[in-house]
Amino acid sequence: MERVLGDKRAILILLGPALLVYSLIMLVPIVWSLGYTVLDGNPIVGFTFNGFDNFIKFFQDPAAFSAIWFTVRFAIVMTVLQVGAGFGLSLLYVFWLKRSSSAIRTIIFFPIVLPTVAVALLFQRLFEAAPTTGPVNSFLNLFGIDSVDWFGTPDASFWILLLMGLWQSMGFYGVLLYAGLLDIPEEMLESARLDGAGGWKLIRTIVLPLSLPVLLSSLIFSINGTLKVFDSVVALTNGGPGNATTPLTVYMFQTSFTYGQYGYGSTIALMLTILCLIFTIFIFRSTRRDVTKG
Amino acid sequence: MITAPNSRLRRRAPLVAALGAGALLLTACGPAGGGGSADNGTFTYLGQTENTTIIGTLTSLSTDQCAAEEKAAPLTADKSAGPQFDQKLQLLAGQDALSNMSMAAGTPSLMQQFIDADQVVDLSAELAELGVADKILPAAESTIKALYGEDTLYSLPTEFNIEGFWYNKEILAANGIEAPATWDDLVAAAEILDGAGVQPFSAAGKDGWPITRLVGDYIARDLGPDALKAVADGDAKLTDPEYVKAADEVAALGEAGYFGEAIGSIDYNASINEFLTGKAAFFYMGSWALANFNDEAQNTIGADNIGFAPFPAVDGGQGSIDQVPANVGVPVMFAKKGFGENQAAWLKCIVSNYGDAVLNESGVVSGFALDNPPADLPETTQIVQQQIQDAPSSILWFEALFTSKGTSVSQTNGGGLASGSISGAEFMKLVQAANDEG
Repeated sequence: MERVLGDKRAILILLGPALLVYSLIMLVPIVWSLGYTVLDGNPIVGFTFNGFDNFIKFFQDPAAFSAIWFTVRFAIVMTVLQVGAGFGLSLLYVFWLKRSSSAIRTIIFFPIVLPTVAVALLFQRLFEAAPTTGPVNSFLNLFGIDSVDWFGTPDASFWILLLMGLWQSMGFYGVLLYAGLLDIPEEMLESARLDGAGGWKLIRTIVLPLSLPVLLSSLIFSINGTLKVFDSVVALTNGGPGNATTPLTVYMFQTSFTYGQYGYGSTIALMLTILCLIFTIFIFRSTRRDVTKG
Repeated sequence: MITAPNSRLRRRAPLVAALGAGALLLTACGPAGGGGSADNGTFTYLGQTENTTIIGTLTSLSTDQCAAEEKAAPLTADKSAGPQFDQKLQLLAGQDALSNMSMAAGTPSLMQQFIDADQVVDLSAELAELGVADKILPAAESTIKALYGEDTLYSLPTEFNIEGFWYNKEILAANGIEAPATWDDLVAAAEILDGAGVQPFSAAGKDGWPITRLVGDYIARDLGPDALKAVADGDAKLTDPEYVKAADEVAALGEAGYFGEAIGSIDYNASINEFLTGKAAFFYMGSWALANFNDEAQNTIGADNIGFAPFPAVDGGQGSIDQVPANVGVPVMFAKKGFGENQAAWLKCIVSNYGDAVLNESGVVSGFALDNPPADLPETTQIVQQQIQDAPSSILWFEALFTSKGTSVSQTNGGGLASGSISGAEFMKLVQAANDEG
């Protein structure tokens, strides 16, 4: 094996095709897209160089700011909920359900394997107000409460998006964190218990610090996934009502392919990349600091 | 033992692998096959999935009047979902791979890009050459020209629609209401109906455009038929108080709850269903909905029970109730690339026969001249024909002269006006800002 990996030609043969494919379908479009940020136009009317106009436009565009605000708000709330619920579930699996948790784990994990569009249709029907009344509104009607137009109200749409995302993903984070919790030595927990630590104190002083690495990995997973949310928004609300639930990804897509502004769309994409980078660096730095402390 | 050829082979392996992978990727990146951009002996058509009338009529023509053209270049149809149709056209046009004939871009400004890029056939010249220029109704032709701001024809009017308020005669009679002639009459009628527990209007708030149509029509009635052109030309702004007034009037209907509950969730089909099952008194829509009105399975209130009222006049307004909001539905265009003898033959056959075929088979009024009009047309279809005949001039819809972004922002926020969640001033500010961006 060492001989094979020491052979430069072997490395080239093993790595070359994959690297080429990766370069052609990932790196080339990224560089290409970067080039578009200083251009105006689209393939039909042609492109003209416009310097930094797209960037100036971005910082003066109220729709872009509203998209950033939605993206950041959604990403932070969703990450807290996803990882929080996942951690809660993992504690449930390890400390209460113990060996009998596998059935529950499977059931709660199940939604993540469903296609997002199917889940979105399910939630549309659940919260439907018209033309037919969905189960949630029917339930409200039972208590004499009027039907709520969930998808016609900005705040309600936001929370339903969160609810859908949470339902779909908390099982995944539950399993991820469960695997982390299993690594905590039983003896350590036992000795903590003998020292009188129990319940919340045990979690706060032993479980939480020891599961910090996997918890922070989950945070990075979650924040990067939620900053780039696209399919669930398009399938559930399509950015509406108005542009109340339009994240940067959807705004970028609309700008490029509906409004035919490839240059400005690429600028939005670059800004989204920078946003993801900032969040990731921020979390990575916290990881380093916290792990050394823990 | 390593032989010399083997060693050469090994040296070349990465190169071969690289070339192979590259070729594979380039194949995948190329234009999708079957775009039919060359005159390769087929006649390709791309339409919206939701519109089954055009492809149905073309198929029927291909077996009858256009059988010879079908034999020379068989009709090959493809479809794409309506909401993403403009995106699809943009991508195809970007690769110079438009179908021979396709439904035109829904946004006129995108169509103008195709015209500027010389991608679509100048039909005025082509029809004159083919000797069938007189087969297009002058009113439809002028509507298309106004739409694209061009002096020549770049698309064919497969529909010629008028828009206005369709109403349920029984409901109006039961509440002592007559077809409204002025906006104040309409608001008063809505108040009476609402008080009587009847939902005054059915509208697709989810789609937005049936609401913004009301804003555009109000502007035309109040400020005159050229008011929206003045906005497009930069001589006026939607945020000017006289324009905001129109959006405020529509928002007031929404605030009063006249569009019913959960208007933001009602889509096009649901709004038609509400009206045709007697759940609402008024329904603003184009005459393309006649196909639904004349379908007994959908229409439980009866086709005879439906009346038509033009968009009402506004007291003291500069527009007239006779100026009918008109459009050509989604017209069809012909790609310049691959337009050869076979395609010209199809064009001639379609222009000569489509009008009669679509009216006979689907009851749709098109912008083509008729040779054999059917004797027994449904009453609603006759109303439409009469209105078209009597109208001295027509007006375009609210977003007709907007940019792609302006159109999209207007339609995605239109539902907010009907639910009362956005004020007229806020709405106009958003749309004007989107249009200013260009």
